[in-house]
Amino acid sequence: MKNQEICEILRQNEIADGIFDMTLKTYRIAGAALAGQFVSIYLNDRSRLLPRPISICEADPGRSTLRLVYRVTGPETGTDILSTYEPGTRIHVTGPLGNGFPIDDLQNKRVFLIGGGIGIPPLLETAKRLHGTVIPVLGYRSGPFLENEFGKYGETYLASEDGSCGVKGNVLDCIRQNDLHADAILACGPRPMLRALKEYALSENIPCWISMEERMACGIGACLACVCKTTGRDEHSNVFNTRICKDGPVFLSTEVEL
Amino acid sequence: MRDMSVSIAGVTLKNPVMTASGTFGSGQEYSEFVSLDRLGAVVTKGVANVPWEGNKTPRIAETACGMINAIGLQNPGIDVFIERDIPFLKKFDTKIIVNVCGRSIEDYCEVVERLADQPVDLLEINVSCPNVKEGGIAFGQKPEALYEITKRVKACASQPVIMKLSPNVTDIRVMARAAEEGGADCISLINTITGMKIDIERQTFALANRTGGLSGPAIKPVAVRMVYEASHAVSIPVIGMGGISCWQDAVEFMMAGATAVSVGTANFNNPYVTEEIIDGIEAFMERKGLSDIREIIGAVR
Repeated sequence: MKNQEICEILRQNEIADGIFDMTLKTYRIAGAALAGQFVSIYLNDRSRLLPRPISICEADPGRSTLRLVYRVTGPETGTDILSTYEPGTRIHVTGPLGNGFPIDDLQNKRVFLIGGGIGIPPLLETAKRLHGTVIPVLGYRSGPFLENEFGKYGETYLASEDGSCGVKGNVLDCIRQNDLHADAILACGPRPMLRALKEYALSENIPCWISMEERMACGIGACLACVCKTTGRDEHSNVFNTRICKDGPVFLSTEVEL
Repeated sequence: MRDMSVSIAGVTLKNPVMTASGTFGSGQEYSEFVSLDRLGAVVTKGVANVPWEGNKTPRIAETACGMINAIGLQNPGIDVFIERDIPFLKKFDTKIIVNVCGRSIEDYCEVVERLADQPVDLLEINVSCPNVKEGGIAFGQKPEALYEITKRVKACASQPVIMKLSPNVTDIRVMARAAEEGGADCISLINTITGMKIDIERQTFALANRTGGLSGPAIKPVAVRMVYEASHAVSIPVIGMGGISCWQDAVEFMMAGATAVSVGTANFNNPYVTEEIIDGIEAFMERKGLSDIREIIGAVR
């Protein structure tokens, strides 16, 4: 049985403009979580019905904690309300949900971990679990966050649109300027970035797994709100659509239309 | 022991709580949270004669105390449904209600005929989906069209037929009567109310389909009023739905005239909600000294 847990917020602070870092006490989810999975967070104000899907940044079964780093999507939004919750507040959390990155297939390889903006957090747990050479390439609009924590797992490369950190440009500019190469890509970020990485991976002839995002309702695969187009007929849906929340969020880039 | 069972067209449900079509798939996903054995019935997501791709994304947007959706009836088609979904549901001690959608009367009849020899208890005919261009609501907004499709579906159906009505009409009583006159064994209402949301930052529609169906607590008072009106206009049973998110809501719909209730959007907010509603109704009956749930059906006149 899947469970929902009532989790206490242990701490929460803003680590960059509009980016919040929250740690939850969780007895079950932390132990069950895989890198690249997500949780559904329900607001205590039940006038906002839908859970917020938020990727797992770190899971620590030893301490029974779950770390979520998320972006406030605008004033008065659900994430804005979440960001005001003080330590000690208890919230409903369902998870872990989704499939996660294919860590076991990539041990002892050179792997690009490519994140764009709020797509960066799930790559931290991924970096922790990969044994081999990890090459984090992190793209930001402006100032960075979490970049020092990636440094523990591999030499980390940064890019920013405004040039305030790393290479001025995008993650692919960063890869080319630093002449970086790897055996595979694990990526999470905005759709244009994923589209460019899919093409790059094809040209380099390396596999690329991407974590997709879409507006979700149920978060568990029942409502069919968060689908994406697939290149082949999907086994569950029997059409060229797959469920991001249940069959993803991670897909091989060649399996989905971007 | 309190009797929570209700009867719809000769089918006895162990309790009046069922799921609302489209919010619960075919039960597989939610069976990881709730025991399907406890539910009065599972109402499946709409199924057509062939697979449907559904609409482009974004398909949903949250609104105050509700949400709008335009999934567009994505479904795997009747073949996969019979092969996979019905056998799954048969493992549970609950009634199976299959929601049927189509683009033409012939499409609906094809699905209904395919289900004739299947272990399905009731059929719910979706003539009220606001999110597809053909079929769907086109049959649910004119009494003549509703009468016609009800009659045609009844003529080929082996199981009792529930017609699911749209609230996007001037007078729900006229539609309820049209379904009854067409031979419907039951009506269910309300489907979602057509709505729209605009993303002012991007200066565009929040949904790719532009419009979507509003559901959730925001529509509950409208739904209660329509269930009340419809149940007084016809003598066939009414299944009430629209924003039910707790046992109090379920009792309210039953007092307004519903024989059973469907829980939809609330599952997204609380995956355990259906079982909690059943427990809540039972506790209410105990507190009020009610031995038979039928005592509250249409109790407020």
